[in-house]
Order: sequence, then structure tokens, then C-alpha cells
Amino acid sequence: MTFTQLLLSLVFVLIPLVLTLYLKLGLENDIIIATIRSTIQLLIIGYILTFVFDAENPIFIILMIIVMILAATQNVIKKGSGIPGIAWTILLAMITVELLSMSLMLSLGIIDFTAQEVIPISGMVIGNSMVLSLLFVSEFKEEVKRSDEIIELILSFGGDKKSAVSGSLKSAIRTSMIPTIESQKTMGLVQLPGMMSGLIIGGADPLEAVLYQLLILFLILMTATIASIIVGYLSYPRLFNNKLQFIGIKEES
Amino acid sequence: MSLIEFKNVSHKDILHNITGSFKENKITTLVGPSGAGKTTCLKHINSLLSPSQGNIYFKGQDIEQINKKELRKEIGMAFQSSPMIEGTVYDNLNLPKSIFNEKLDTAIAKDLLACMDLSHIDLNQKVKVLSGGERSRLSIARTLVNEPKVLLLDEITSSVEYRMVREIERLICQLQKNVGLTAIWITHDLEQARRVSDDMWFLKDGHLLEFGEASLINQSDNTYIQSFVRGEYE
Repeated sequence: MTFTQLLLSLVFVLIPLVLTLYLKLGLENDIIIATIRSTIQLLIIGYILTFVFDAENPIFIILMIIVMILAATQNVIKKGSGIPGIAWTILLAMITVELLSMSLMLSLGIIDFTAQEVIPISGMVIGNSMVLSLLFVSEFKEEVKRSDEIIELILSFGGDKKSAVSGSLKSAIRTSMIPTIESQKTMGLVQLPGMMSGLIIGGADPLEAVLYQLLILFLILMTATIASIIVGYLSYPRLFNNKLQFIGIKEES
Repeated sequence: MSLIEFKNVSHKDILHNITGSFKENKITTLVGPSGAGKTTCLKHINSLLSPSQGNIYFKGQDIEQINKKELRKEIGMAFQSSPMIEGTVYDNLNLPKSIFNEKLDTAIAKDLLACMDLSHIDLNQKVKVLSGGERSRLSIARTLVNEPKVLLLDEITSSVEYRMVREIERLICQLQKNVGLTAIWITHDLEQARRVSDDMWFLKDGHLLEFGEASLINQSDNTYIQSFVRGEYE
């Protein structure tokens, strides 16, 4: 694709922009900002990736992964405010998920330690973990708020922290995992996954694209599960003090 | 004999320098208007909250020094809204056991229901179909599973039809006499407090204005309590 073709593709932005103005939806500024931001961010990342791929230096690969983890963590923390210590918990979850998935894939020989393979797959792993962690944190906060009386009730029977939040924790983990599992059930029937489509458009053999896509799907299932469980099991004790008293979610100001 | 003692207890800006005691094997009601700090006071007794200042003693021992799990098994609490987990009557009665991976014997579960005049309810019945009065009594029955020495009751009849209010009062008084329980019962209804109390605490704005035998409340010198007794405040 050339820059001229990219410029022509802006017609896809113009149509919703005109419709927004016509229907007075008040979204025109957001559409313009989103278009400019996504263009600039992706072009920058394109140049950075070109540099990293050409450099063939493992340090650049690791630096890229660190930046991705920090950016993803920062994004989840915004949603997780109210849970004490959530920043470190999410950072730990992201690092664990990335280390586990990469070490498994590299040790099993599924991928090679090259920028072309490690960076895009890490991006997908970290990105999906971020989305799942966001979903989990949001759902867990709501569940805890809804169940505050049950939590105190269980504490009043002499229950510990884990038994008090067990119901909320399991419900939030289930809720955050269901979309991943459900979307996998309809994969290929309702939609062709983005990465697979990208590979096919780029000229790859469709069967090879499917194999890569399946690898990513299996990986996402594991990372979704592990990220939610790590964030959940490390964050719930902080909802209580050392006297087995429920502190709860702090209201955001 | 005092079973529980408050000594200069304050909690943030809710309770202020409260000193008083609760007698063993008696029913003490906590009376006062909304926002008086009654529930906060009650939650201190089984250590769901801790004082910012002062001390609370249970059987002469500072509550802060007692193992929380043991303390809470001895001091059970029935909450105002009678919160229930999803599931059956048995699931809810079994809750105090299931959190310790134990199982409540069904014969004991039936006895507990009978004790709260709920023999007509099947253990497999879903809790969502119970009436307010039934939920309230089930909540009390569930609190009894741990065989507590002290029963904390937070406005347990506030969402119950009047006919059932008197029935619950009768059951609690009967239970207290039969088992020898110490009950601490929050109510904003002075008439109810008069019916069930041996002793009474009167709280307002986090201050303990008066405490002692229930009959003495009518002779209080405090002008606010005099007005409250005359029914001038809700």
C-alpha cells in the first residue's frame, strides 16, 4: 500500500464525519482526534519497528516489550483506581503473562527469538491481557460493591478474606473470560480474525495464516485466564486490613 | 455481670468517647435516632470495625487481642437487610459452616428453622421466594449455626410486617431465656425497646446519652431523651 492509497482511504473517515455533522451527534472532534492520533501513533510505531527489525539487536526487542507492558499497565491502572496497590498487581500480571507465553513458545520451538516474531506476538499477548484485565478490574469492583453486605456477613461468621470475596472473585473472573471463550467459538464462522486477515492480505498462504491465528487464539485463552487470576488473587487481600475488616473499594473523587 | 465493656471508645467522627457495658444473659437495646451511630457501635462488638480511640473488652479481655475468627464465632450478628446468598434455604443456613469446608447436619438445620418458627419451610426452597419476615428469621437462624454466646441484632424487624414483628420479638426473648444468650439489639422503635429490653443504651450523634435498666429511660434528666420518650422525634 502506498501513501497515496492511504490518503484515498481517508474517504472512510469523511463519510462518518459528514453523517455526524448532519445528524448533530457532536462526535466530529472525537473522530478527527482519533484519526490523527491513530495515524501518528501507527506511523511512529511503523518506523520504530522497521528500525528494530533492521537492527536485529535483542536489547531493542526487550525494550519494545517493556514499553508495551508499561503502556498497557498504565491503561488498566486508570480503571483500577479504588483498589489499593492495583498498579503493582497489574504490572506483575503483565510481566508474568509475557514471560510465561514467550518462554513456552521459545522453549517449544513454536517461534524464534526474532523481532519479526516476538514483537507482534508480544503485542497481541500484552494487548489482550490488558483488555481482559480492564474487564476483570471493572467487573470485580462492581461485584465487590454489589456484595459488600455478603462480604461483611461472611466475615461476621469468622470467615477469612478469601471466603468473604470468593463469590465476587469467581464471578468477575468468569465474566471477564466469557467474551474470549465465546468469540473463539464463532471464530471463522462469524468473522475472520484480524491477524489472519492481515496475513492473507499481505500475501501469506491462507493455511499458514490459519495456523498462526490458531497459535494466537490458544495463547490468548491462556493469557486471559492467567491475567485475570493473577490480578484477582493478588488484589482481593488489599480490600481488607490486617484485623480481618472490610475496607472496600475507595470511591473515586 | 458485664460481659462487654466500652471504655472511652471513639470511631472517626461517628462515635465519641463512649463508656458503658452490656450485661451477660440480658437483652440490651441500642436506641436512638437515625445517624446516632448504633450500627457502627454494634460492628465494634464483633470487631468488624475497630475504635480510633479507646478499648472494648469481652469477658475482660481487650477485643483487639482476641483472635478475630474465634471472637466472631462467639459473637454472631444478624444484619438489617438479612443478606442472602443465591441458592436454597439450606445453602444459606450452611454458609457459616461451608466457609470452613464443613457441612451443617440437616437435622440441626431443621431444628434451627423450628426454633425460628420456620418449620413449614423446606430446606431446598429457594431463598428468593421467602417473605421479608421469613428472611429475617432465617437470617437469625443462620447466625445461630455457630452457637454464639452473644447475638447482635441490627434492626432485624425494620422491613417486616407488624404482625411478624411481635412474633420475632417473642422468638428472640424465648431463645434468649432458653439458651441463655446475651443479645444486643438495635431498634429505633422505643416501644419495641420497652417490650424486649432488660437494659437500654440511648445514643445520639455518636454520644451515649444514657444507659441502664430499660425502665429508667423514662426518668432520664436529658431533655432530648425526654422529648424522644414523648414521641416528638422519629
